[in-house]
Amino acid sequence: MAKKILVVLEQREGRLKRSAFEAAGTAFKISSDLNLESQAIVIGDEVENINEISKYGIKKIIHFRNKILADYSPSAYTDIISDYSKEVSANYLLFANTSLGRDLAPRISVRLNAGCLMDCVNLDTSSGEIIATRPIYAGKALIDVKLKSDVKILTIRPNVFKAIPLENGSKTEIVIKEINSPNIKTKVIEFKKSEGKLDVAEADIIVSGGRGMKGPENFYLIENLAEALGGAVGASRAVVDAGWRSHREQVGQTGKTVSPTLYVACGISGAIQHLAGMSSSKYIVAINKDKDAPIFNITDYGIAGDIFEIIPLLTEEIKKIKL
Amino acid sequence: MKIAVCVSHVPDTATKINIGDDNKSIDQVGVTYIINPYDEFAVEEALRLKEKLNCEVIVLSVGGESSKETIRKALAMGADQGILLKDEKPKDSFGVARALAEEIKSKGCEIVLCGKQSVDYDNSIVGQLLSEMLNYSCISVVVNLKIDGNKITAEREIEGGREVVEAEIPVVITAQKGLNEPRYASLKGIMAAKKKIIEEKPAYQSESLIEIIRMHKPLPKQAGRIIGTDKSAVPELVRLLREEAKVI
Repeated sequence: MAKKILVVLEQREGRLKRSAFEAAGTAFKISSDLNLESQAIVIGDEVENINEISKYGIKKIIHFRNKILADYSPSAYTDIISDYSKEVSANYLLFANTSLGRDLAPRISVRLNAGCLMDCVNLDTSSGEIIATRPIYAGKALIDVKLKSDVKILTIRPNVFKAIPLENGSKTEIVIKEINSPNIKTKVIEFKKSEGKLDVAEADIIVSGGRGMKGPENFYLIENLAEALGGAVGASRAVVDAGWRSHREQVGQTGKTVSPTLYVACGISGAIQHLAGMSSSKYIVAINKDKDAPIFNITDYGIAGDIFEIIPLLTEEIKKIKL
Repeated sequence: MKIAVCVSHVPDTATKINIGDDNKSIDQVGVTYIINPYDEFAVEEALRLKEKLNCEVIVLSVGGESSKETIRKALAMGADQGILLKDEKPKDSFGVARALAEEIKSKGCEIVLCGKQSVDYDNSIVGQLLSEMLNYSCISVVVNLKIDGNKITAEREIEGGREVVEAEIPVVITAQKGLNEPRYASLKGIMAAKKKIIEEKPAYQSESLIEIIRMHKPLPKQAGRIIGTDKSAVPELVRLLREEAKVI
């Protein structure tokens, strides 16, 4: 019997998230490299874009369904995935390293006596087993590790493993399993949506502001630029600690570690703990009046000038292109 | 009721990290250690609960002799008792969680608080592992916590907002920045902490589930490039983003 990889797909408000497709594509690639059978799991009520998964090579998806499970329940989700993994003797489980994946993967690992590696940025299968690379110390160093347990659990960092649809998508069999009385010992009773549009942890473009913004009243400049670029607003620790911005937006070692395609740092000098959290971004732009600021050591395109002149003009220019 | 707070002794976030000669651990030269920043929120929350519920706060840490500094910091803030589960080189998160779980079980703590992650290995799993090992409920990445009798209502931070989660005691809570503003230890607290005896016992040993192959530094980014010093550089920046980086 072929070994199995199960990929857990996350839905929110009845739609699979982008990170779910990244996870599906990655699971499919691993299954081809290591000759594994791949299956996907989704838990929730109706999932409208479930069919799109066929573009990523997964042949079978199990949909555990119940109205109550539309919202996350740590206890119920843990039970369902653990039980199913045991039932089919899964050898690998893969999750996206989102809030849900981070919360769920370790719980399941105890049930399955599995080792668990979080937030992987590379999975190397060339040796016939998975060697995972994960950032440690918020990205100041990397560690290559493998799991010695029989069952292995991995979570992958969003935005790093790109979801690329296959040219010839396969047909995916959808198996629906109704869950009658889920264990909702812990359950979500409400979701409070935050005002900001995009979350830094998931955004492909981030525009961050630091102390150089001089005050919270000037962050509209960052918001406008982020909006023009279709990105999220980020902030340095200094401005979060000063109470100018919410911690939700903090990028760096005691905030979020991010790997967007484009990171625009405005008025951020580049403290070690900030650089650690964003230096794996693909392209880094920095605008700061101090040409000796450490941020310029890692920027692809820097402008050592006045942010209050440059940001509005940059915003205008980008709006023009996007028209 | 007893509350356990799990703390970890980690390199200061302002410290540069270099790889040691064995390529499997960090170079300790010049590294200063602090209490894991997220654990400070956990300690603070435990102390607030203590004031409200009149319970005992026990601080636990798995680590070497130097972890006593971090335990003492929590004692100085106001924790009642400190226990070092001695292991000079904890092997992985599972081992740490198992050692903590054994001790928490034997002490009978019904509320367990820890930071949402340690800023060294960044695995962010010890709290959740603990809850399963103890068969407790668990709410992770908490920014707001209310306890009413046996009922816990917590807000946890997720992408795009906050989930309000309900659970019952016994419970493990992992703390996120924003949960509270940790207090500074008073001089009296610091003096009192010096006199407190930190109980020391060997950590429960379990087999490691991971094998470290190597540690390395991320590839250095190319030397930074400054394309201008005022707003006249904006058109060139836009061109580069569009034609070279192809991101807009």
